[in-house]
Amino acid sequence: MSVRTTLTAAAALLAIAAPAIARDQIQIVGSSTVFPFSTTVAERFGKSTDFKTPVVESTGSGGGLKLFCAGTGLDTPDITNASRRIKSSEVELCASNGVTEIVEATIGFDGIVLANSIEADQLNVSLRELFLALAKDVPNGDGGTMPNPYKMWNEVNADLPAVKIEVLGPPPTSGTRDAFAELAMEGGCKTFDWIKALKKEDKSAYKALCHTLREDGAYIEAGENDNLIVQKLQANPAAFGIFGYSFLEQNGDVVQGSVVNGVSAEFEEIAAGNYPIARSLFFYVKKSHVGEVPGIAEFLSEFTNEDTWGDEGYLADKGLIPLSAKEREAWAAKINGLSLLDM
Amino acid sequence: MIDLTKKAGFGLAGRHRAEKRFKWVGRSAIAISLMFLALMVGSITLTASGTLRQTQIAVQVDLGAENVDPTDPASASYGRLVKSGLRDMFPDVTSRREKKALYNLVSPEGSFEAAKLVAKDPDLLGSTQTLWLTASDDLDLYLRGKIDITLPQNQRQISDKEVVWINALQANNQLRRVANWNFLTGGDSREPEIAGILSALVGSLYSLAVCFALSFPIGIGAAIYLEEFAPANRLSDLIEVNINNLAAVPSIVFGLLGLSIFLGYMGLPRSSPLVGGMVLALMTLPTIIIAARAALRSVPPSFKEAALALGASPVQAVFHHVFPVAMPGMLTGAIIGMAQALGETAPLLMIGMVAFIVDIPDSILEPATALPVQIFLWADSPERAFTEKTAAAIIVLLIFLISMNLIAILLRRKLETRF
Repeated sequence: MSVRTTLTAAAALLAIAAPAIARDQIQIVGSSTVFPFSTTVAERFGKSTDFKTPVVESTGSGGGLKLFCAGTGLDTPDITNASRRIKSSEVELCASNGVTEIVEATIGFDGIVLANSIEADQLNVSLRELFLALAKDVPNGDGGTMPNPYKMWNEVNADLPAVKIEVLGPPPTSGTRDAFAELAMEGGCKTFDWIKALKKEDKSAYKALCHTLREDGAYIEAGENDNLIVQKLQANPAAFGIFGYSFLEQNGDVVQGSVVNGVSAEFEEIAAGNYPIARSLFFYVKKSHVGEVPGIAEFLSEFTNEDTWGDEGYLADKGLIPLSAKEREAWAAKINGLSLLDM
Repeated sequence: MIDLTKKAGFGLAGRHRAEKRFKWVGRSAIAISLMFLALMVGSITLTASGTLRQTQIAVQVDLGAENVDPTDPASASYGRLVKSGLRDMFPDVTSRREKKALYNLVSPEGSFEAAKLVAKDPDLLGSTQTLWLTASDDLDLYLRGKIDITLPQNQRQISDKEVVWINALQANNQLRRVANWNFLTGGDSREPEIAGILSALVGSLYSLAVCFALSFPIGIGAAIYLEEFAPANRLSDLIEVNINNLAAVPSIVFGLLGLSIFLGYMGLPRSSPLVGGMVLALMTLPTIIIAARAALRSVPPSFKEAALALGASPVQAVFHHVFPVAMPGMLTGAIIGMAQALGETAPLLMIGMVAFIVDIPDSILEPATALPVQIFLWADSPERAFTEKTAAAIIVLLIFLISMNLIAILLRRKLETRF
């Protein structure tokens, strides 16, 4: 008897829920790097206004854009966070699903640091040395490549310590890994003139050479959890780790950032654009949802407030490196004016 | 004639030794696994204990009529009032950077707390009052000795200046540690000092309720039909093999199915416990069916045969005589399946329940997250204080699991029939 009642109830429930429900809550998806910042703004927005707290999902930049571009209906997200700029293929995907009006927002920078335990010496490394230490194939000296032969840092450059190359970093699914490959590896790679010339001749060979990390155990994929990498560095002072700046800031008592190209991984250096491994963080807004879902315009103005993303704003406390004052002003005008993405 | 006694006594001492040896091996296996369990639970409990109490800081807030309109106290800017209260305590702080560090002693939640205190007790209005506000996570960690101040300043979260302020506050009895009820009554937050578990707990409860409402009746129905009524043919065999296979399918596959069917085709709301429960129900169905069939099989056939012999129809025989006896076993299987569902995150990722949810969900249609997801999100946060929250959330999940298993045992004891 009770079985029958439950079944009927379940069926009734589905019938009620089936039609798409009008939303009164902003939906945000996307990058796990932007997640801590986006959620902080969402929380303050929810507490200081009468709107509901936006729901923020951590799906990764690519996954977020895929969901975002799935259509214009209210069952698709309003905003997607990204730790890289939207690709033209994604703009096309969006357009093919009717999402033609996209508002782009740059919110600040994220530094990617190479760090080790404070019990060991601080490393002073150039991008070229980083590339030689971590690439799968390296130049062999007469215009060709060879599998990476270096086992110790001092084999790359005699000035570096005589320590085994052992670097813990994110897996290929991570946006941090993409950014590290693009900024650090490629940055070091193109300091070789013949490789730079290769870029024009054969772009895919250039990319394969510059972006591929070694797979012989010197680079260890340590998962997406940066706290775990910090703990492993603590346990093994000989190892280095690659992770976001905010984790370095929070764990300054156990790990130290390496000096890259002569610039130390510090807030001021990253903000000034001197630190070489820093990337911009973005979010994208579906313009057609502004006005349909209550609170989007107000959320954007909260995000672009000086108290939020300014030099002294609360996002800086969370580890976001702010844009320059001039850029902030320009972006705030663009974002609040809902100007459309211009590729 | 063979001497049987002699034959039986052959190698007796050796066999006794073997038995003893085996008993000891068994005991040490149990001891080792208990040791590991104790180590795990012990270290988690130790880490989680930091969550029990939360530091508060006494701030003198001027609630005079010029600052707070007595007819509309909610409109006042409490953030500004709290900040000026802090400045009054340390008048020598003038530079912008230092002021900011000073304001950061109080949690960003402080201004909302002040507003709430005033709303609850309007008598506070009209004069300067001492309000106890939640302190920042770094202050809390420092007070508990979790920040090593012998390190150089730039390597720690709290500067020498802040240490001086905190010591002054402590000397004036302006700091206290109170029971942290907020952890059990609040929703998630990006500030560790006010992050709570309730939104995830409620999300898990709703999901499990939906999961149980769907998987229990369907699972039991399928089990009864397959065990008692289904003809023994190729098709039944095929179904049986597939159910057993489904029990071993990785749970993320069910999440993908949920994404394409429940969200894509049926248009159900994303991130909702309704969809979460439906996906978990798919995942637990095979477990429930297998357990229920085993329970039905354990009922002696004589029950059914006697009923049939006395003229009962097959349906009557099953529902009046076999089903009630098998019920406790079925319930146990269902609860074990639920406990498994409680710990899942992978399928929830696909349907949007791995999310930051502050508001406590009111219904199964509102966005929610689940306990294991909350643990995952906190473990991934950079702030040091979240380590303790993570451990505390694990304890909450363990308590939830233990009570579910306890219910399973109690139900079995109460309903079980012994033959």
